[in-house]
Amino acid sequence: MTRNSSKINSKNVKVDVHYLTRVEGHGNIVVDVKEGKITKCEFQVIESPRFFESMLVGRSIWEAQHLTSRICGICACGHSLASIKAGEDALGIKPSDETILLRKLLLYAEQMDSHILHIYILVAPDLLGVKSILPLIKTHKPVIERALRMKTMGDYAGEVLAGRHIHPISYVIGGLTQLPAREGLEKLYKMMLEGRKDAKETVKLFKKLKFPEFQRPTQYMSLSSEDEYAMYEGDLVVNNKQKTKARDYKKLFTETMVDYSRAKIATINGRPYAVGALSRFNNNSDKLNKKAKQVAQELGLKAPCHNPYLNTVAQLIEWVHCLEESIKIMEKILKEGLDEKKIVVNSWPKRDEIGKIKYSPNTGVGCVEVPRGSLFHEYTIDETGHITQANCVIPTNQNIGNLEEDMRKIVPQLLAKKTQEEITLDLEMLARSYDPCISCATHILDVKFV
Amino acid sequence: MKKQPKPKLAFFDFTDCEGCQLQIANMGPALLELIELVDIVNFREIMSEDGQDYDIAFVEGSISTDNDVKRIKKIREKSKILVAFGACATIGGVNGIKNRTSLELAKNRVYGDKADNINTIKVMPLHEVVKVDYFINNCPPYIPEIITVLKCILMGKPYVVPNYAVCTECKANENVCRYEKDQECMGPLTRAGCNSWCINNGNRCYGCRGLVENPAVDAAKDILLKYGLKLEEVLQSFTLYNDPSGAKYDQEFK
Repeated sequence: MTRNSSKINSKNVKVDVHYLTRVEGHGNIVVDVKEGKITKCEFQVIESPRFFESMLVGRSIWEAQHLTSRICGICACGHSLASIKAGEDALGIKPSDETILLRKLLLYAEQMDSHILHIYILVAPDLLGVKSILPLIKTHKPVIERALRMKTMGDYAGEVLAGRHIHPISYVIGGLTQLPAREGLEKLYKMMLEGRKDAKETVKLFKKLKFPEFQRPTQYMSLSSEDEYAMYEGDLVVNNKQKTKARDYKKLFTETMVDYSRAKIATINGRPYAVGALSRFNNNSDKLNKKAKQVAQELGLKAPCHNPYLNTVAQLIEWVHCLEESIKIMEKILKEGLDEKKIVVNSWPKRDEIGKIKYSPNTGVGCVEVPRGSLFHEYTIDETGHITQANCVIPTNQNIGNLEEDMRKIVPQLLAKKTQEEITLDLEMLARSYDPCISCATHILDVKFV
Repeated sequence: MKKQPKPKLAFFDFTDCEGCQLQIANMGPALLELIELVDIVNFREIMSEDGQDYDIAFVEGSISTDNDVKRIKKIREKSKILVAFGACATIGGVNGIKNRTSLELAKNRVYGDKADNINTIKVMPLHEVVKVDYFINNCPPYIPEIITVLKCILMGKPYVVPNYAVCTECKANENVCRYEKDQECMGPLTRAGCNSWCINNGNRCYGCRGLVENPAVDAAKDILLKYGLKLEEVLQSFTLYNDPSGAKYDQEFK
């Protein structure tokens, strides 16, 4: 069957979802089918533009982390880390191994926090046939309490490690402004051990849920590393090929502005691609830890998986992976302690350092895997350490083109068997499965148009 | 006695990162208690129900497009109580930095030759467009303060945002002053209420709660200059979150 199958005749369907709900930010789904032919199939980003790349210009490189974490409330830690890495790359600063370990811990915590929000609060209502979690508070109270408990753990991790999860305080260029308190770390460790039970129950619940059937192989991009399931560092790969250094990301993909949206469409070799949990799983599932591999097996997810709805399942597998990795790191920290000298730095140069630091004009790139996929920050600084140019490439932007390709393939399949309302719900669920973060996506930047 | 119906609570977002709404999700057990006291009828980020009948509107984000202006006016008409929620809604927040450059330049930097498709106006906090009944400052909002304001709303009492400096709380927390550590800090100029959150965690104050009513600007300027900052950087510290009030310092600093 070809993409715009002509077999479905004289069928007219109009889907116009204004302000898609249970996603972060403002987006519309618009599909128009006339006599079985798709005339319009768009995911429109309509968030108010925010101009972060412009706001960064003229600001000190030391301020970039504080400012750019405000791009997104969900992945504030991810933005901070990408920003810190870009700043360090531009300044030639190398953080200690201890600092990197604490950064990974924060990144895992954010993956868990965001994934659980998506799994339980944004996606589960669709699978249980309700409009939000609120009716579930009455009918499924233990499930909601579990979801809140799992959410609280990720959030508490942010609080212990960085002062707070939304817009972290102590993670800065070069290290941390303060060591996490031992008391908090011990409490967090206990919560993590308890979290194993909740994970088990969640897996049980997921075995019962049915996701829509749909297959469309595409290009899956993520970081990849020989050493571990890559999140904090690694090289970019596409379906495990085309290995590219993260700082050369512009050689790998291209971003194009489209008229109907405030986000750009990204392509590799002229075709859209996907980023996020499913892409990471497809490229790196052999690097998952033992428990995560077990969960993948229990839930029947095998790489490569070509069903975008199962991104949510990949998120649950990653949740388990991140939990186990975090427990390992916590055990190391609690046993060996943290060396203040190797970790604690000032957020800004001190009074006597200002004027002595020699800055050379340079460009730095920072890339990390955040819950929704590969995130890039790139800053150019001048000889005073101020930013002259900034670029942030957001996972959701990279996914939009791929989501639209999915929509173009699935709509003809749905037309044959479903009503307009059912088609609308399926398309909403499809968009939601990518876990789009639209307020992030409007911070498009560098001014290269094709 | 007849049981009072629960007030209906709705959340709306404008130009921002939606972190304020997430702070509500991060309230943990207090969230379940809140649901006992109010009916949440509209919260797009977590629910598909689209309640248009509400008493209390929590609004986050700043006003930055023509459509935003129309939308906030409608929300004001429908709500009995309107709460400006978070730094973007109360003082403009980091979005205000956009006001430091011309709109044309900002548009061109980000959207290039497609800039004409983008509608954007001067960034404003809510109270520059509509009447606001309660202010919850901070980026992100401080959960104990959210709970205090919610209690005030439910009891029908006003809430006054502290008008003394963050230093008051910082001293009580026994932090070493950033200036003692040879670093600059916006604490002396910034409204308290956050329990000196950032300084407690080893960083400095960035002014996200907005400036106190009569900040000692001249003294602050002198001290910041003494600490090695350039005048332009002093102004940047003042305006990171505070463009609407910071703009008046443009003149004073020249």
